[in-house]
Amino acid sequence: MIPVPSIEFHPDDRYFAFLRTVSTPECGQGRLAGIPVAVKDNISTAGIETTCASRILAGYIPPYDATVVEHLRREGAAIVGKTNMDEFGMGTTTENSAFGPTKNPADTSRVPGGSSGGSAAAIAGGLVPMALGTDTGGSIRCPAAFCGIVGLKPTYGRVSRYGLIAYANSLEQIGPMAGNVTDVNRLMEVIAGYDSRDSTSLNQAYLHTPDPEIRGVKIGVPEEFFGEGVDPRVASVVWDAISMLERKGAEIVTCRMPSMAYALAAYYVTCTCEASSNLARFDGVRYGDPADTRKTWHESFQERRREGFGEEVRRRIMLGTFALSSGYYGKYYAKAQAARHHVRADFARLFRDVDVLAGPTMPTVAFRFGEKSDPLSMYLSDILTVPANLAGVPAISVPCGKVGNLPVGLQITGRWREDERVVDVAYAYEQGRSA
Amino acid sequence: MTVIIGLEIHCQLDTATKLFCGCSTDYRDDHPNSHTCPVCLGLPGSLPKTNKKAVEYALRVAKALHCEVPEESEFSRKNYFYPDLNKGFQITQYDRPLAVCGHLDIEGDDGPKRVRITRVHMEEDPGRLVHKGGADRPRYTLVDYNRAGIPLIEIVTEPDLRSPREARKFLNKMRATLEYLGVFDSEKEGSLRVDANISIQGSERVEIKNITSYKGVEKALTFEVTRQRNSIRRGQKIVRETRHFVETRGVTTSSRSKEMEQDYRYFPEPDLKPLRVKDWAEAIVIPELPDARKQRFIQDYQLSPTHAATLTGDWQIAEFYETLPVEMRASTGTATWVADTLLGELNYRDMAIRHVPLEHFKELLIIRESGGITDRGAVEVLRTLLDQVKEKGGCEAPAECIKRLGLGVITTPEQGSEDPVTSAARDAITENPQAVDDYRKGRKEALNFLVGQVMKKTRGCAKPADVNRVLTGLLSGKE
Ligand SMILES: [Zn+2]
Repeated sequence: MIPVPSIEFHPDDRYFAFLRTVSTPECGQGRLAGIPVAVKDNISTAGIETTCASRILAGYIPPYDATVVEHLRREGAAIVGKTNMDEFGMGTTTENSAFGPTKNPADTSRVPGGSSGGSAAAIAGGLVPMALGTDTGGSIRCPAAFCGIVGLKPTYGRVSRYGLIAYANSLEQIGPMAGNVTDVNRLMEVIAGYDSRDSTSLNQAYLHTPDPEIRGVKIGVPEEFFGEGVDPRVASVVWDAISMLERKGAEIVTCRMPSMAYALAAYYVTCTCEASSNLARFDGVRYGDPADTRKTWHESFQERRREGFGEEVRRRIMLGTFALSSGYYGKYYAKAQAARHHVRADFARLFRDVDVLAGPTMPTVAFRFGEKSDPLSMYLSDILTVPANLAGVPAISVPCGKVGNLPVGLQITGRWREDERVVDVAYAYEQGRSA
Repeated sequence: MTVIIGLEIHCQLDTATKLFCGCSTDYRDDHPNSHTCPVCLGLPGSLPKTNKKAVEYALRVAKALHCEVPEESEFSRKNYFYPDLNKGFQITQYDRPLAVCGHLDIEGDDGPKRVRITRVHMEEDPGRLVHKGGADRPRYTLVDYNRAGIPLIEIVTEPDLRSPREARKFLNKMRATLEYLGVFDSEKEGSLRVDANISIQGSERVEIKNITSYKGVEKALTFEVTRQRNSIRRGQKIVRETRHFVETRGVTTSSRSKEMEQDYRYFPEPDLKPLRVKDWAEAIVIPELPDARKQRFIQDYQLSPTHAATLTGDWQIAEFYETLPVEMRASTGTATWVADTLLGELNYRDMAIRHVPLEHFKELLIIRESGGITDRGAVEVLRTLLDQVKEKGGCEAPAECIKRLGLGVITTPEQGSEDPVTSAARDAITENPQAVDDYRKGRKEALNFLVGQVMKKTRGCAKPADVNRVLTGLLSGKE
């Protein structure tokens, strides 16, 4: 028998980036041969417990690999562990993990962002060079910005969702996170591509060498990206970055994106509606602690769900259930879809004149733990990231400087299916900065 | 008091694999949960993928029912909690069904009738609950997901039916149509479920849920008509409610469930794209349907409309009939025998034509047609064979059975030694001197008596004409 090659993985996880690690993960030959890769805990890994950082899934070991995990294994990557996250992806700080918050390696008194906070912290903390995250409304880009790494939310459909435990199906994508654009690109090459098991998958491979040439690229900057709520210090850092791209030969055009006004509402209605349905399967019959059989079915499953889900998850299930109720569907879900249509149309209009849009990824730098205690102010911080999810277009966050010791992310949003271009612009910036 | 009935029919489509995964649909008699995968178990992260064959089957139905097929059709989620529902929602269709506004023509209570079809849509079957420890107070319940994800179509009619009998006729026609289309197997256990809406004109509507057999539909509706009529006569108001049909007792009972108030929170299934069905439907060619085949039977085989209707009312029977030699198909005798005798005997035993080895029955029919057995003998053989099938699942060959029972037609040799007919005739003459005497005195009806005696002795296996000939020969030849 040929021994299966493996690596040793014993990280000093002082940031609680990992929910669990694999100490001698197998690896193989291929484009990621022997590279340790961390996987967010809402992506199914055969034989490795996958919980979405929720008590309700504690002990659940998937019998199958997500398509992206199959791709990683095929290219020789070593899957070293599952990273912490906001429960089921519902959060912007990773404080909503049922198993405790992850710390930001840049400042351990602050959150790493979320919901892919564990993946971002594992990279920023030097535990792994790359990781998979998922992005429903900014869950890759926000922690990338807060932790000072690179994260790409691909075009909806370019990466298979098969095996991604759904939070909001129509919005979310699995995407690559890494310390630099080159590694993000490498990981994207491995995970992207058509998957017959995902009906929303696009038949478009991703094979790309990042090109730093920025001359002739038209970059739009919507006024709304620097609107109310954006920390002026963050705005200033991001404007500096955009100016640098201009100096390198890009053409900068200011523009308007009026649909931003209802993007956040459309996002929260859509994601809570879908979540309320997706999470219905966790009823104590198949996952988590078995239901109390001495009680009636209704009593016992309600009890399982009350105990198994965290506060934020229960809140979103309630909101979604309400919004889908008869008499309210038209007021909420249907309206949200109409608003989504406007956002898509707005992007399409802007992308007739410009190649990409640029702005800050997050309105502020990383929060202190507990700083955003009321849900609404937390939701407001997603304002700059959700439009890309609503429209299904690609967006990347690349570090562009700091406010004090806290990283700031530059967000580049591109046309539908033009993930390569947002990677190129991010690469141009990264190269320009280090030059 | 006019009765108003509308039906919602759920049929399992007879595809090889499930609606959203590659698992086999051939789950009956197999171990629980052995026909499952991450998709039909609804494991977190799994995604549905639509089985094109199932859509094609459903479109065949839409076409056969003369429905309008829209440009695009879409799956939706129906959200509710139940242990047999692995995802906490059922993928079904809601506001963008596969087909709408069709009809099916039937022979109604007062002649030909067009029953309007409101809509046809697809959905996945949930799992199955197995209650352990008695149906009334189960100790615990197990879930079998083998059935989860089996493709179903739901066919909804307008309230056009006017009696339980008419409802049953409609169902029979629907079943025949689906079987002609090759999309449905009515014999598979649990392949059909019917919900019925029934009201007496001017009163509230009652829904009867989950009737699982053809006969059950007529029974449940008949019970309900009587119940509602009696209530109205007594001056009571009919309450708008959902009732369950208890098949074993033949009654409907009020189910105090809150099903009427259930809010299923439908929304479009985000994991599936809308289906472009109009062009697809146009490209589908459907086979000959019962009405067309009936006309052809009348025209090609000169059958009576009644016989033609019976013979084409079930795809298997029609198929069987057309395996018979062409000359036989055009014979009234054969038609009568298949439509009345064979189907009557099957019905009596609660058997379907598929239960019988058709080659054998074809052989029996051919022997009968060629005069190798009398009609009475053939019926006896048929009964024997059907009883064998019912008991042992198989039967002997008709020729063997005829031989074993000594039912073969006894043909008298022109010359040579005593044949059974002649010897029976001799016995009859010896045993009945009075009749012989009467005959000789010119009372011709005495011959009939003697013929009867001979027939009895030969257990009906002799041809009456032969008996006649032998008897007259013997009576005139002797003395
Ligand atoms: Zn399956």
